[in-house]
Amino acid sequence: MGKLTNAEVLEKISDKFHDLVVLVGEPSGLLTLETNREQIINVLSWLKNEPVLQFVYLTDITAIHYPELEKPIGVIYHLHSLVNNVRLRLKVFLSDDDVHIPTATVLWNGANWMERETFDFFGVIFDGHPDLRRILNVDDLEAYPMRKEYPLEDPNRVDKKDYFFGR
Amino acid sequence: MQNHPVYTDNDPQTELSTLNLGPTHPATHGVFQNVLQLDGERIVSGVSTIGYIHRAFEKIAEHRPFYQITPLTDRLNYCSSPINNMGWHMTVEKLLGIKTPKRVDYLRVIIMELARISDHLICNSILAVDAGALTGFTYIIQSREHIYEIYEEICGTRLTTNIGRIGGFERNFNHIAFEKIHKFLKTFQAQLKEFEALFNRNRIFIDRTRDVACVSAETALSYSWSGPLLRAAGVDYDVRAMEPYSSYEDFEFEVPVGENGDVFSRFLVRNEEMWQSVRLIEQALAKIEKEPSDIFHADVPDFYLPPKEDVYNNMEALIYHFKIVMGEIPAPATEVYHAVEGANGELGFYLVNDGGRSPYRLHFRRPSFINYQMYASMSRGMLLSDAIINMSSLNVIAGELDA
Repeated sequence: MGKLTNAEVLEKISDKFHDLVVLVGEPSGLLTLETNREQIINVLSWLKNEPVLQFVYLTDITAIHYPELEKPIGVIYHLHSLVNNVRLRLKVFLSDDDVHIPTATVLWNGANWMERETFDFFGVIFDGHPDLRRILNVDDLEAYPMRKEYPLEDPNRVDKKDYFFGR
Repeated sequence: MQNHPVYTDNDPQTELSTLNLGPTHPATHGVFQNVLQLDGERIVSGVSTIGYIHRAFEKIAEHRPFYQITPLTDRLNYCSSPINNMGWHMTVEKLLGIKTPKRVDYLRVIIMELARISDHLICNSILAVDAGALTGFTYIIQSREHIYEIYEEICGTRLTTNIGRIGGFERNFNHIAFEKIHKFLKTFQAQLKEFEALFNRNRIFIDRTRDVACVSAETALSYSWSGPLLRAAGVDYDVRAMEPYSSYEDFEFEVPVGENGDVFSRFLVRNEEMWQSVRLIEQALAKIEKEPSDIFHADVPDFYLPPKEDVYNNMEALIYHFKIVMGEIPAPATEVYHAVEGANGELGFYLVNDGGRSPYRLHFRRPSFINYQMYASMSRGMLLSDAIINMSSLNVIAGELDA
């Protein structure tokens, strides 16, 4: 079990960043915070270098799309403090017409492909990334396939409509 | 990015040659493309291209009920599918708040550790093959066959297992399965001893692998490496020990750690992990003796598919069956991240649910994908033959790389 509790981590973060980092909740015991893109690199680098917290391990970067929100694209960072055995989730939401966010490759080399994958599937542009190209999809794909408007299969198909299933 | 030969001048002595290593090359196992610039046998630069078997699992998963996503996870790391299956089941159980009985946890531990053994066996024996030693592979590969026979006894399939259900297993382990596990433990330990005797102190093998592709702990952490690769570099991070799932906290095992992060330490770490897996399986078998032998799933009719006979003869079972199949289960709208120690490292499932019949978003944190990104840069300055065994020791599985 970890030496630090979520409450202690949260207290340290809010002492430093006040209202720039907002608590979202603790779903399944994983502290989830939200910040903005102006602060994200500051926050990440402080979390990484803070002598007590030591969130040195970048577990994952991914994104999520909520088309109905004002800021529909969420970039999600999972960090892990190996010393304290605490995980942390950070979210940054971006508006549709301005999907830019600074790159985390300045802090972790491993962010490179994670950000490329996020760009490939969601079209999030990581400013300052050394090599922001598509990674899993073909280079000439025009859409960002993990966005909700991109259909999984032919939308004209009629044999899978909900009313056939009583929904 | 450079797909064409670079001519520095017209002198053939200084001219670089381009080698397209892959997408399908006999020296790489799986679909990997690396365009290398070679100065003689030394690699000057390289560019990795991936995505040749990308199957859009994350997108497909957004359109499927939870229980139909298990077969997708099979096809991530297909050398140890049961770990992926169990990882996915535990993620959904975490979301739904299901607590599984101890016996289920122990049965899962047995299956997951068998899967880890089969994965490490393939990795280490193929590493030796790539270094030119076919013998070890021919000895040890029958053990994998025995493991596949155990899978077959439990779930009916061998490679893409789709083993277990949300809440437990689809059926109890029969006595033949247990006999096979006991028999496997006996024969395997002798075989692993033989395998280690062939390589651990083999001068040629050591000369070939030691100090090849050394990675420091700092670099490994900076590249978010996990699993045996990170441990070989000297960081004792193992999800089983740090965040025990499936009752790993009840077991005694050691987390082997390497010294200098080279190909040889990775080989040793994987061998030692197989011994630890044997220990875990033995402990689990002993623990199962003390549990009621008829329990193989949690008592959660809302989420656990009832047996087919009941569906046809019992009204209640039919209702539950219908609801689960149609995806109408009371799943809370929340998000979970669950990580298991896959054979290659931390295999994470980030599941966001909006209360609908399928995940709103599902992201796989795939260790192969994250481990492989250092490959091109670490190959720089290496001999081509070293780069080949380096790739084998990374144990990158194309299915997990591309999802």
